[in-house]
Parts: sequence; structure tokens; C-alpha cells
Amino acid sequence: MFSEGSIPDWWPTLLALVAITSTLYTLWQLGGFRELLREAGARLALLAATFACVPHLFRRRRWFLHQLFLAGVMNLHVVGFVGLFIGMIISLQTGIELARFGQQDQIGPLVAAGMAREMGPFITAIILASTFGSALAAEMGTMAVSDELTALEVMSIDRVSLLILPRVAALAIICPLLTVVCDMIGILGGGFVANAQLGVGWNLYLDSAFAALSGLGDTIPFPKDVYTGLFKSFCFGILIAIVSCQSGSEARGGALGVGRATSRAVRDSAIGIIVANYFLTWVFYGGAS
Amino acid sequence: MSERNVVVRMRDVHKSFSGVSILAGLSFELERGKCLGIMGGSGTGKSVALRHVIGLMKPDSGVVEVAGDDLAALDRKGLAAMRRRMGYVFQEGALINWLTVAENLALPLKENTKLSPSEIDQKVQEKLALVRIPDAGAKYPTEISGGMKKRVGIARALITDPALILYDEPNAGLDPEISRSINRLMRDVSEELGVSSLVVEHRVDCLRTVADEVLFLYKGQALVHEPTESFFRPKNTRLREFLGVDAADAQSPDQASS
Repeated sequence: MFSEGSIPDWWPTLLALVAITSTLYTLWQLGGFRELLREAGARLALLAATFACVPHLFRRRRWFLHQLFLAGVMNLHVVGFVGLFIGMIISLQTGIELARFGQQDQIGPLVAAGMAREMGPFITAIILASTFGSALAAEMGTMAVSDELTALEVMSIDRVSLLILPRVAALAIICPLLTVVCDMIGILGGGFVANAQLGVGWNLYLDSAFAALSGLGDTIPFPKDVYTGLFKSFCFGILIAIVSCQSGSEARGGALGVGRATSRAVRDSAIGIIVANYFLTWVFYGGAS
Repeated sequence: MSERNVVVRMRDVHKSFSGVSILAGLSFELERGKCLGIMGGSGTGKSVALRHVIGLMKPDSGVVEVAGDDLAALDRKGLAAMRRRMGYVFQEGALINWLTVAENLALPLKENTKLSPSEIDQKVQEKLALVRIPDAGAKYPTEISGGMKKRVGIARALITDPALILYDEPNAGLDPEISRSINRLMRDVSEELGVSSLVVEHRVDCLRTVADEVLFLYKGQALVHEPTESFFRPKNTRLREFLGVDAADAQSPDQASS
């Protein structure tokens, strides 16, 4: 059609646009894209309704504290155990390479920054999504299929205020707290490996690790790696609770429906955590050269 | 029937799901203080009709009026206020599993009224006594039987002193003895409190005990709507087939049985 050298510059762009549009149109026709948009809309609406109910939190303190206990205390050992091994893995992986160049003293900063910025919030969120989030979705799903949610509606009781708010608030608070635990145990785990396998002294490791975390943010006078990690965890906690509650609330068709809602909640939470993690990292660190 | 005596009125209500017509011009009226039973085969739209009355579903066309108000014209707050004047007894009870029986009963009062805790406790005890399970308050729904769950469901529906109670298959999953006791309880509640009731049920003994009138729902319409006695001596062929009585049996009121 075009002789060599005569293909216009805009041709690849046009092809890409046509391909993207066709794919979106096909997905739309298949219903998948429409369903994706509908679910995203429902979750945003639930988030907005939950924020509107925040003034009710004191009234819901009994259920809030109960959820705080379930999400926090019941998952503390899992977060600690996984955090320990994540720290050990980072330390071992980076330490082996650094040791080749005689840079073992950099293990501490790498483990500390890696845990505080990324691995601590991410791993904690994934653990909470798969344990507490799945339980939330199953609980909501069971309530949906056994008409308990309908009963609340019939009694003119706001289910967002009664059921969703305490769970969202609990996860928004417990996720950053567990992240602190995960970070600290991960840094200690990294220290064990650095000391035992790579010959780095404890003092050097800990001094360099905490020095790496002491850099203050430009706008907030607090160690940036720490507060960005905690802010991520706060967002992940809300995301897990909203996705799990919404998925569960839409369960239909008995035990099979509850099972599907639960697996959808865990899948969507994991995807949401990864996508949100990228954008939050880009917001906090994207401009840094 | 005078206008102010009508508690529920459905007028030419149509409702379809995914192109399948469930209600196809359903019309009926429920008089104040009376009990209307709705009977029909599975999938004929009995529960759908009930859900229209409580405002959980909106008709595709037609009018649903409760206490003279068109439900479609009510906003969210208006609908919530209307629902507070109604009670709904679910098939499986639909009790909140992580609340005790007493907390289940107290929940609508705590959420929607300004009653003090002692007043709420008093009302809860009163309703538990009314449904004859005064000592069940501290138990969780998982610790009580199906019959007790039904009683708690009825007590919860009564807790706000409603003018209208909707029962969705109150005998579902119960043995005959427990069913009879639930039916007697429903009748006593109606008589003692003067509450109007709509009962969706396909067990004849239940409707014979509790209903003043019975409506037979067929293909989304009220095929037969008669006082209970004459309903169970049906002239309509389809109803006779449904009840399992032949034309000769239909002459005697005692022949139609469950």
C-alpha cells in the first residue's frame, strides 16, 4: 500500500488506537468491561457512603474494637513471621551481590528502605487481604444469601453505618500498625542474616539501617520512607475492606455464591493493592531523580 | 371497602425479570385488621408480591399503595418511615448471627428510636413473652431451633408495634407440630394486637388457621380471591388441581387438606 519510506508518522499511533478501541469495544460487548466499570462504581459509591458515616464511629465503637481485635491480634503472628523471612530474603539476596564488591555495610540501608517503602506495606496488605479480607467477604456474603442484609434494609437500618464503617475503620488503622510490626521484624530478620551469614556487625547494620530511614520528607517533618509506607498501608487497609465488603454484599445463590464472592474479593484486593502501590509510589517518589 | 380501611392495595402490578414476566397485572386489597393469605405454585411471584409491598422492589407498571401512600412516590426517608410501620418475617428468620436474640430484637429500636436502654429492654422482654420464649434473650441464633428462630423473627417484626406484618412462608422447614404452634401464634398476634397481615404460604393448614381471605396467584395474576372457607371449596378448575381436590370434594369444606 505504501512504498518504503512513505508510511506516515501517525500510522502506528492510529493502529494502536484502533487496536485499543477494538479491544475495549469487544470487552464491552462481552460484558466484562461493563461489569468492571459497574463494580468500580459500586466500590467508589460504598467508599463515599462509608466516609459519610464516619461521624457514627463512636456509636459503633463496640464493633469497631471487635474488628480491630480480629484484624490485628489474630493476624499479628502471621505478619511477624512473614515479615521476618521477607527481611531475611532481602538481606540475603542483596547481601550476596554487595559482598562481591565489599559493600556489605549497605545491607542495612537496603533492607530498611525496602521494608519501610515497599515490602512492609505490600506484604502486610496481601496477608490482610487473604486472611481478614476473605473472612469479611465470606461474612458479608453469608449475610447477603441468608437475607440478613435485606432484613436490615427492611428495618430501615443503615448497613453501611452498622456493618461496613467499623470494618473499614478497623482495617484503616490496623494495616499501618501491622506494617510497623512487619517493618521492624523484617529489619531484624535482615540483621540476623547480615550478621550470621555475611559477617556484618549488629551495630553497623542497625546504625546504617536507621540512618537510612531518618531522611525527612520535603513537606512533612517525619522520615519520608516511614510515613509514605504508613500512608500506603492506610490506603491499602481501606481498599481491602471496601472491596471485600462490596464483593460479599453482592453474593447471590447460596454457598457457591459466597465462595465466588470471597475469591473475587481476594483477587480484586490483590490487584488493587498492586495498582494502588504503583500510583502511590509514583506520587511520593516519581519526581525524584 | 371504604378507602381508609384499605391497608395494602396493589393495582395492575407488572414485574418482569430478564424478560420473564412474574407479575402480570396483579391487583388486590387488604383490609385493616384482616389477614390475607397468598397461595400459588413455586415461581408464581408470591414473594415478589410481598417484596413490592415492603418496597424492596419497584413495579415495572402499576401501583402499590400502603396506608394510602403510593410507594413509588416516596423518597428514601419516606420509604424508611413507611417500613418502620411494617414488620417482615423472613423464611429463615434472617436473624443477625453475631447478635443475641435480645440484641436482634433491640436493634431496630436502638437504631430508629430515642427510647432509653431500660425502655428497650422492657419492650424486648414484652415481645419475647408474647411469642412465648421469655428466656431466649441471651442465646445466639445459632443456639436455637428453627421454630424458635421463627418466633424470634415474629417478635422482631412486632418490636416496633407495626400496623402491618408480612410473613414469607412462615411454615417453611418446620415439622407439622411446630408449624401448628407458629400458626396459632400468628393468629393470636393478629387477634390480640389487631395487626393486618399478608401471609405468603402454600400450606393449607396454615392459611386455614390464620387467613380471613386467600388469594390464588396464577401466571402473575390473582386467579381466585375469596374468604378462606369458600376458597378451600374451589369452583375454579386450576385451583382444584393445585389443592388436589376433585369437584365432589370441593363441596365439603373439610375435604381439602394439606
